[in-house]
Amino acid sequence: MNTKVTIAGVELKNPVMTASGTFGSGMEYSDFVDLNKLGAVVTKGVASVPWPGNPVPRVAETYGGMLNAIGLQNPGIDVFVERDIPFLRQFDTKVIVNVCGKSVEDYLAVVERLGDTDVDMLEINVSCPNVKEGAIAFGQKAESLYDITSQIKKKAKQPVMMKLSPNVTDIAEMAKAAEAAGADAISLINTLTGMKIDVHKRSFVLANKTGGLSGPAIKPVAVRMVYQASHAVNIPVIGMGGIGSFEDAIEFLLAGASAVAVGAMNFVNPYTTMEVIKGIEAYMQKYGVEDIKELIGGVRE
Amino acid sequence: MKKKVRARILSQNMLTEGIYDMWLSTELAKEARAGQFIGIYTGHEAHLLPRPISICEVDREKEALRVVYRAVGRGTEIFSAWQPGDEADILGVLGNGYSIETGRGKQVVLMGGGIGIPPMLQLAKDLWAAGTHAEIVLGYRDNQLFLKEEFEKYGKVYAATEDGSVGTKGNVLTAMEAEHLKADVIMACGPLPMLRAVKRYAEEKRIEAYLSLEERMACGVGACLGCVCKTTHKDAHSHVNNARICTDGPVFDAREVEI
Repeated sequence: MNTKVTIAGVELKNPVMTASGTFGSGMEYSDFVDLNKLGAVVTKGVASVPWPGNPVPRVAETYGGMLNAIGLQNPGIDVFVERDIPFLRQFDTKVIVNVCGKSVEDYLAVVERLGDTDVDMLEINVSCPNVKEGAIAFGQKAESLYDITSQIKKKAKQPVMMKLSPNVTDIAEMAKAAEAAGADAISLINTLTGMKIDVHKRSFVLANKTGGLSGPAIKPVAVRMVYQASHAVNIPVIGMGGIGSFEDAIEFLLAGASAVAVGAMNFVNPYTTMEVIKGIEAYMQKYGVEDIKELIGGVRE
Repeated sequence: MKKKVRARILSQNMLTEGIYDMWLSTELAKEARAGQFIGIYTGHEAHLLPRPISICEVDREKEALRVVYRAVGRGTEIFSAWQPGDEADILGVLGNGYSIETGRGKQVVLMGGGIGIPPMLQLAKDLWAAGTHAEIVLGYRDNQLFLKEEFEKYGKVYAATEDGSVGTKGNVLTAMEAEHLKADVIMACGPLPMLRAVKRYAEEKRIEAYLSLEERMACGVGACLGCVCKTTHKDAHSHVNNARICTDGPVFDAREVEI
């Protein structure tokens, strides 16, 4: 039975990764998860300099999910290179670094710095809805996405995966723009912009007013977008959005994802990634699936 | 080591309107300390995140934890309906807790306000066992003095009530002044305005103070960066003066946080 998948030349032992921002750089979950068993760890977004993030409250529960407006708090690339990369390199897993910035130059600075480090892939965050400058501004117009992707591709020494926003009219158009600009893969979906109001206090629950919705509540939207995106491009698609069980993961594979990521459900059940990996294997045994690639895009039309 | 485990409810009682007292049978009790907390899951798929609830008492021999909580939302309302024999998933043990050593040989004053009172009970008990006889100031809304009698086993208790029905009219600091209490160390838990006042008071009087903070949390284990508070020094983790209440706290040296 083969569970290996190859994304942009990087071979993962299984298609299960962590979604950026939900797993730190793995340290916080090492009590719960054997990091050696993960296909890849995708780190929390890192910028060229430390970012303080947004004021609190930054998180709120919603029906079947949650809102967050962390605002990409991160310690900056210098600390990240010294601390997080060596930590992750102790484990037999692939390391994908999520990169964020306020300007194209910011992104390029991080991408160039990472060029000399031992990481397997870059995921470019052009879809965070919680920061005022940069991030999502690059990911909501096909021309901007094309422009930043091609600039990053010129500098990057590792394969580049563009993380797409669901807060767009036509996800296929965005996927095509990323592919045309040379992206090696795309990942989706980032969070859907949402809002929660406390009716007793008559005030916004999040200090940022809006936040990104994640969790099982968004899964059907994510599955639909992964299906549309994977049919629009030839590069691999990494699917995510509310995955909490092996059935959810298989659903994304069938929709067209070559790999999947567990996000908000890490917060709910810290063992989720391990359970998903075991469940995929059991599913493959049950249905006599020899190679996981048989499942990718395997939904019957 | 942190774990997510299944716990069994041993008892559930309402102490006063909206405040519940629940004992849980769980192996997590072996590692739990005063001032730490657990995440309690609702078991309901619409309400997914664990609720951070402070530990009121630890019974290591019987492997049981006591939580005293206010039913304020859907999650805690669900908890309050659980009966002995029911099971619930919990995550823990979380947070740093109070240092019992800090109080050794010093005059310690414990301050609990409202639903910040329960975590001070295990602390009072541990300090007492270590030979530190703390003075205990508890701030209530009215004459519903939940847990007060239990605190009396571990030190002299002074009550303050907002409506003046019992003890000093006012808050924990009004009671501290009215009773002419002196402290070398203050350990406190309560609503943010109370903790801000305690921080100011401790700075003016140059008293060491340890405050247990709370904030909306998602993961409870330091990954999501949801529950941060501003710190005076750059901490080793964030490098941006943002400590994580769930893992770097919830108990902080008052001088180190900006609240």
